[in-house]
Amino acid sequence: MMHQKAVTLPGARHLDTVPVVPSPMPVERRWLTPGVVVLLVLTGVGLCFALYRFVFGLGASTNLDQQHPWGIWIAIDVCTGVALSAGAFTTAALIHIFHREYFHAVSRPALLTGALGYTFVGLGLLVDLGRYYNIWHPMLPSMWQGNSVLFEVGICVMCYLTVLYVEFIPVVCDRFIGDGSHPRLARYCDKTRHVVGKTMFLFIIAGVVLSCLHQSSLGNLMVIAPTKVNPLWYTPILPLLFLLSAIAVGFPMVIFESLCTAWALKLKPELSVLSALAAYIPPLLGVYLAFKVGDLVIRGSWVHLTDGSVQSTMFIIEMVFGVIVPFVMLLPVRARREPRSLFIASTLIVLGVALNRINVFLVAYNPPYASRTYFPSVSEIAVTIGMISALVLVYRLAVTHLPVITHEPD
Amino acid sequence: MDTNRRDFLKIVGLLGAGKAASALADVPGIPQEKAGPSEEAMGVLVDLPSCIGCRKCEYACKKHAGFPVDSIESYNDKSVFSHHRRPSPDCYTKINAFPKSQDGTQPIYVKDNCFHCVDPACVSACIVGALRKHPQGAVTYDASKCIGCRYCMVACPFEIPTYEYDNALTPEVRKCTFCFDRTSKPGGVPACVEICPREVMTYGKRSELLRLAREKIGANPTKYVNHIYGEHEAGGTSWLYISDVPFEKLDYVKISNTSPARLTESVQHGIFKHFVPPLALYGLLGLIMWMNRTAPQDGGGEPVLANDSPGDPSDTADSALDRDNHKAGGKP
Repeated sequence: MMHQKAVTLPGARHLDTVPVVPSPMPVERRWLTPGVVVLLVLTGVGLCFALYRFVFGLGASTNLDQQHPWGIWIAIDVCTGVALSAGAFTTAALIHIFHREYFHAVSRPALLTGALGYTFVGLGLLVDLGRYYNIWHPMLPSMWQGNSVLFEVGICVMCYLTVLYVEFIPVVCDRFIGDGSHPRLARYCDKTRHVVGKTMFLFIIAGVVLSCLHQSSLGNLMVIAPTKVNPLWYTPILPLLFLLSAIAVGFPMVIFESLCTAWALKLKPELSVLSALAAYIPPLLGVYLAFKVGDLVIRGSWVHLTDGSVQSTMFIIEMVFGVIVPFVMLLPVRARREPRSLFIASTLIVLGVALNRINVFLVAYNPPYASRTYFPSVSEIAVTIGMISALVLVYRLAVTHLPVITHEPD
Repeated sequence: MDTNRRDFLKIVGLLGAGKAASALADVPGIPQEKAGPSEEAMGVLVDLPSCIGCRKCEYACKKHAGFPVDSIESYNDKSVFSHHRRPSPDCYTKINAFPKSQDGTQPIYVKDNCFHCVDPACVSACIVGALRKHPQGAVTYDASKCIGCRYCMVACPFEIPTYEYDNALTPEVRKCTFCFDRTSKPGGVPACVEICPREVMTYGKRSELLRLAREKIGANPTKYVNHIYGEHEAGGTSWLYISDVPFEKLDYVKISNTSPARLTESVQHGIFKHFVPPLALYGLLGLIMWMNRTAPQDGGGEPVLANDSPGDPSDTADSALDRDNHKAGGKP
């Protein structure tokens, strides 16, 4: 579907004919920078702690107990990971379904973020599952359990990960098309890209549908625990709130990650595209805010806001700094054109949605028989940081070797 | 993007393929509208006031489950009642003591174990169907299916399933099995019920146990609280309790009369109703995609943005060429 837009989205094979327009290209950078070294160390530390978990078990490496079965590996690595990968489906919908081709520059970075995000969701899950070697069981029809919310999430995430990889095929193909040193590979890539391009629209729509389904179902997960989840967050419309917040965080995540990449790789950010993208944020975030406030008012749970508990404080932080402040910040057009305010607001939204997931799955989770509160262990924190570091490393590796980022040749 | 009629036929084809995945919409064999307990459903009525806290049931439970167990005399130790103990991976039932009277001299003992819900949230939550509700009443666990996600522990309102966190390779979810190996056979009685010296527990048909409980309360209304815990809680449970102290003072969970699984399942099956909503969304997005499509040969010359775009209102190829010239902002 992308190959038709020869002018705005030339693959590498067009470069020899139309070299004028900035197009996705590998960013050639030195591999070993100080930042990369830090990330490598963090990844290594995380790997060691993950190894420790596999040898000695969850009991030895986590602070989980019989009352707190889920910790940060679920709340951050899995649930926040899924939420922050939402940029892939929101930009896919914007660019390819609503045909706002103007935003093509963010298409591939968002896709890469999504593909890597979901890959690491799977890896994070492997570390957390007690019987990780059975992770494939939900695929067996004999074990399908259609009543399970988790089954719905699992199947949708697996399908969506496949869709993301298919959507990524053209990026890999473009890398080799026109490569004189590997003529056979180049021909094969050209063919593959053509076939994939013909059917791509099917995958793009499927990706959006699958995302809507599992982003909302992720919220439905906690609806089954009415006696355990704090009333500030517990609501039957949790699935809707999860979907709306995922849609709201998609573009901020793309902006955040584009600006970070631009600064890290010393590229000029595609500011006009990013600020135009930011114009969608206030309405999307506003809808989420409206539902969130409406839910508090209708259920009358706002009375818990002033009880001075950790939960009420966290709720207020989440709403004020994660939603209201960035919402107000991005209302004026001027702020959206300013990289600094654009970055700060996007970061706040990203952190706000991350905090929301952590709140729903951990902070709000207070089972009646719990004798203590959960706080992650060193192992848990190290593995989570290692996962994030590894993701950033692979992202860097990808954009330096594959045509992902639209930039002018150095 | 060359969406045309043929492509729409492809979409229709995909809809058909989607039907195959309609497990989410309706699974054969698992009724979506949960009826009440089946006729043959068994249960246990626990008459809390007659329990003397001898903990023989804990002993019998461990022994029956094949866990290492101390001598039966060691269970006379009353010091364990100093703190609230929960069922654990190596003992599926625990006795806890609560002060009965104001002066606290005479305790009341409470037996904690799986309630074997009529409509269990853990069974609904389980991603692979490792937890199963039997018509006879028991909720059992199949470790060979389990992936170890521990969602059952999140789902259970009574916080019953426990996890073998210290087992690195083959951890299991552990909870009372209702001695399924015994109770699934005629005449079989759970180990704890069998050993109880005071006949605190009565094993029988749930419907008859409810009648018995009402009789007991009716015969001694000044003694018993007029409440059978488990008759309606969480949609009803196989284990039923009567007490002479209000249940909220005995740390019983306060929960509504419908299973928590009803809400999640109605949301889920609503979203997947006959697979129509996802397919409708698919169709709608396809329609939007088709309606917004660009001119067939090279989209370059055609304005592809609608005027309501918040960004560049004239995203032609020219403006795409120009866009890097804008210092900041999407609106030239």
